[in-house]
Amino acid sequence: MSRYEAVIGLEVHVELKTETKIFCGCSTEFGQAPNTQVCPVCLGLPGSTGVLNKKVAELAARAGLALNCKIGAYTWFDRKNYYYPDLPKGFQISQVFRPIAYQGYLDIEVDGREKRINITRAHIEEDPGKLIHASGSIMTSRSSFVDYNRSGMPLIEIVSEPELRSGAEAKAYLEKLKAILEYTGVSDVKMEQGSLRCDANVSVRPVGTAALGTKTEIKNMNSFRAVQRAIECEVDRQIDVLEEGDSVVQETRAWDENKGITMSMRNKENPDYRCFIEQEVSPIELSDEWIKDLRATIPELPDARRKRLVAEHGLPDYDAGVITSSLALAEFFDATLEKFPEAKKISNWIMGELLRLLNARGMELSQSKITPAGLASLLELIEKGSISNKIGKEVFETMFEEGQEPAQIVKEKGLSQISDEGQLTRIIAEVIAKNPKSVEDFQAGKEKAIGFLVGQVMKATRGQANPGVVNTMLREKLAE
Amino acid sequence: MKLLTLSVHQLGELMERKEFSSEELTRVHLERISQVEDEIKAFVTVTEEAALAQARAVDQKRARGEELSLLAGIPMAITDNICTDGVKTTCASRILYNFVPPYDAEAAARLKGAGAVLMGKCSMDEFSIGPAEEKSGFFSARTPFAPEAAPGGSSGGAAAVAAGEAAFTLGSDTAGSLRQPAAFCGVIGLKPTYGRVSRYGLISYASSLDQIGPFARDMADLALILNTICGHDAKDSTSAAVAGPDFKKSLINDVKGLKIGLPKEYLANTEPRAAVKIWEAAAQLEELGAVCEEVSMPHTEYALPAHYIISSAEASSNLARYDGVRYGLRVDADDVLNMFSKTRGQGFGDQVKTRIMLGTHVLSAANYDDYYVKALQVRTLIKQEFARTFEKFDCLLTPASSTIAGQSRKETDGPLAAYWSKACNIPVNLAGVPAMSLPFGLVEGLPVGLQFIAPHFGEEILLRVGYTLQQNTEQTRLKPGLAC
Amino acid sequence: MQVSEKDVEQLAFLSRLDLTAEDKAVYTKSLNAILDYLAMLKKLDTAAVEPAAHVLPIKNVFREDKLRQSLDREQVLANAAEVGEGAFVVPRIV
Ligand SMILES: [Mg+2]
Ligand SMILES: [Zn+2]
Repeated sequence: MSRYEAVIGLEVHVELKTETKIFCGCSTEFGQAPNTQVCPVCLGLPGSTGVLNKKVAELAARAGLALNCKIGAYTWFDRKNYYYPDLPKGFQISQVFRPIAYQGYLDIEVDGREKRINITRAHIEEDPGKLIHASGSIMTSRSSFVDYNRSGMPLIEIVSEPELRSGAEAKAYLEKLKAILEYTGVSDVKMEQGSLRCDANVSVRPVGTAALGTKTEIKNMNSFRAVQRAIECEVDRQIDVLEEGDSVVQETRAWDENKGITMSMRNKENPDYRCFIEQEVSPIELSDEWIKDLRATIPELPDARRKRLVAEHGLPDYDAGVITSSLALAEFFDATLEKFPEAKKISNWIMGELLRLLNARGMELSQSKITPAGLASLLELIEKGSISNKIGKEVFETMFEEGQEPAQIVKEKGLSQISDEGQLTRIIAEVIAKNPKSVEDFQAGKEKAIGFLVGQVMKATRGQANPGVVNTMLREKLAE
Repeated sequence: MKLLTLSVHQLGELMERKEFSSEELTRVHLERISQVEDEIKAFVTVTEEAALAQARAVDQKRARGEELSLLAGIPMAITDNICTDGVKTTCASRILYNFVPPYDAEAAARLKGAGAVLMGKCSMDEFSIGPAEEKSGFFSARTPFAPEAAPGGSSGGAAAVAAGEAAFTLGSDTAGSLRQPAAFCGVIGLKPTYGRVSRYGLISYASSLDQIGPFARDMADLALILNTICGHDAKDSTSAAVAGPDFKKSLINDVKGLKIGLPKEYLANTEPRAAVKIWEAAAQLEELGAVCEEVSMPHTEYALPAHYIISSAEASSNLARYDGVRYGLRVDADDVLNMFSKTRGQGFGDQVKTRIMLGTHVLSAANYDDYYVKALQVRTLIKQEFARTFEKFDCLLTPASSTIAGQSRKETDGPLAAYWSKACNIPVNLAGVPAMSLPFGLVEGLPVGLQFIAPHFGEEILLRVGYTLQQNTEQTRLKPGLAC
Repeated sequence: MQVSEKDVEQLAFLSRLDLTAEDKAVYTKSLNAILDYLAMLKKLDTAAVEPAAHVLPIKNVFREDKLRQSLDREQVLANAAEVGEGAFVVPRIV
């Protein structure tokens, strides 16, 4: 047991799902050629003034409501002043003094233990542009390129209280946050496209003490798994520092995914952002009526959906938890269930084959070719005995990759189960003839031997025999 | 060259009657510019070719019998902090010496849409910052009344109208830059209510104080220009969702029963020779049936420091974008930090740098409450004081400048001496109310201006008072010494 | 409250303004003269006064989430001192 405990708070930036930027009509589409989605406003040209995208206010408030936050009836924007080449105006328009949402929470579960993590605030702000470093790294590049396509993308920054105690808790928090934001349609939450980014504030303190230790800010983590690893690694590093009698330096550190360590970014200044009220953008007043309407747009959230899957369909809580952790999975489950009414069987396939393939390929569900109707037809084929469970897995993989109908795959590949007794009679006779020892064992009462013989028949039919039928026929034959 | 002193209305009517074409009128103005610019220095850029092309386009429309605005074919100029598509816009600063905006400011677009012909861009103090001294990044304009004297805070636009280089111009006003220069040059300048004219395309100095407005020779012209540039703009969040009225309806030769307040605190700090003219104007207005009465606005003395803090704070932020990356000057260096600092160090003038550092100081966490918040509290008091005063008065009459053109200041007057000359203008920007500067005679050959202040969206009162005075006294129609 | 030359150096750094040693002395003097003058605000008791946050009581000025034409990239880059690969080029960042 460590003498130290970790104190972790997360700052998560989430891009809102809008067509256009926060203060101008430029597109938010990802991955376009540099500086092609830019106008006087998001380029910060002298004299340009912007106007707030209404959808930004609505999505931010919706996110706040889904995160159990209080919503500010009257909030405004402030300027955060600092210099950086990706920041076109020399300040970022953000909400410093009055965030649109504050004092919320979300519940996480780690190792079967539930825990409530409080959320300090969720505020609206604009994204800066993007830097591309000539040699790939900021440390070694003699020049960098600035692309302002991302400048002015609408963000909410969600700040947690420092109540997380481990990398695993941080990961669980992010997973839950991602699910909620996905369910509410607030964001695409794609970490690989940068629509969800996470920085962690990490400190450690002796167990049983209340004072906070010196914290470091960890950046450059590109997956939830990386967040967990980076935090674990940073916690260990800080404990080592303290154990050696040194003190932790307040600084920003970057996670190096390849080396598996955090490294100082040599940035120790505590910036004075000289924040003050933004005059060129109007304040937002959210009436009770408007908040009520926004609340009505919030769908069933992950926890509620999980409980419903357990109550209505008798799924094990664990299965329900996995399926509802992603809106896409939950919707896939529901749609499959409409066509094939056996919840547990569907859940087995989602939890087994589907997630296995998604993880192995590092894909999103939407990138695979599998459809709910396809899975339902597959399960029907298995149910009818046309194919075995094992062949089903092979068919599933083809459906996943290529998206054909299962019946068609079975037909094309000749995977249909052999239930024809004539053909099986001949093969069974051969197997009996070739394995006298097993036959003897079985007849001597060794029940296990039948399994071996069934296996031999299956092998001879390249898995296409119906194992149930083979079993019955074998027993009949051996009883003769 | 009588054309150079006519009003927009007179010029427009003569063109309607085909007395001359817009191209001819434009050529006359271009000639005038080349003749007087050495002395007046009202222009940073003259757009000769584009102006002639615009004029010819209007002439063709007129020839086809198209219905045209009275502004069509009229030579105008725009101060160099208002963006003009494809025409260099520099804020008279080295840091923007080569900036060509790819878009028009909304007010500029509306005037161009009406067919007004852009002659060029007018000089100003660098970023409108700093006193009415020689602080332009390039050079200073001169009033045509006394070419050795600066034209007053920030605007070559006033000098251009007075010297016959354009029939009207567009400028901006953060601390009196439409009113003091108008007073010094003997023309009319009007700062509309904050939110009345779109700020889209106006290069920000202090966002909560800046407002675009016109310089003109005559009240009817002023109404015409306001009709064109006022009104809501969906591109500017600070634009009030208030439709501009038809300001021509306010050209009423009657002030009977109007209650006009004369704030003591404004007069107390004014150069006595200018103050005398205010009393003279009040007497004349009373003769015309208005009721003039002294009133006290005790918070006035705090307006100046509050304005200085707020404008510096906002400027320090608004001017942060000039970093050498996307436009304007870049001074090369090995790394970004030094590139930024060298570019900004060499690109901005002393006054601007002082303001930026002061703004940075008052916004820093340690000083924020003592300076910035304090200034906003004073702003509240000033706004309340105006609101209270306007419960009793329809408008206020004050000097348009607490000094007279060309009056030189002494070293002993302190660091804000020149700023002091705008003490009568500055409270207006803090409160966001409209105010107009109207010429009212000469003192020792130099023009003096009256300032009328109205409540929010009360420009119609200003037009009515101004129109009445213009109909009743020649003192409002001054002829500069620089012969036209 | 006065500022020292050291303070001015920090202000210049925060404002990204390259100042010579001579400049520093001059600005220290002029900033202090201004600050002395601004101190007159202390005379006024504003403890009970709400700061004026916005000039006009304008609120909820929105635009709909509708696409508008962006600039051509040529126009975007036209005013830049250095461009390359469709982007603005800046020197070494760290
Ligand atoms: Mg942020
Ligand atoms: Zn844009």
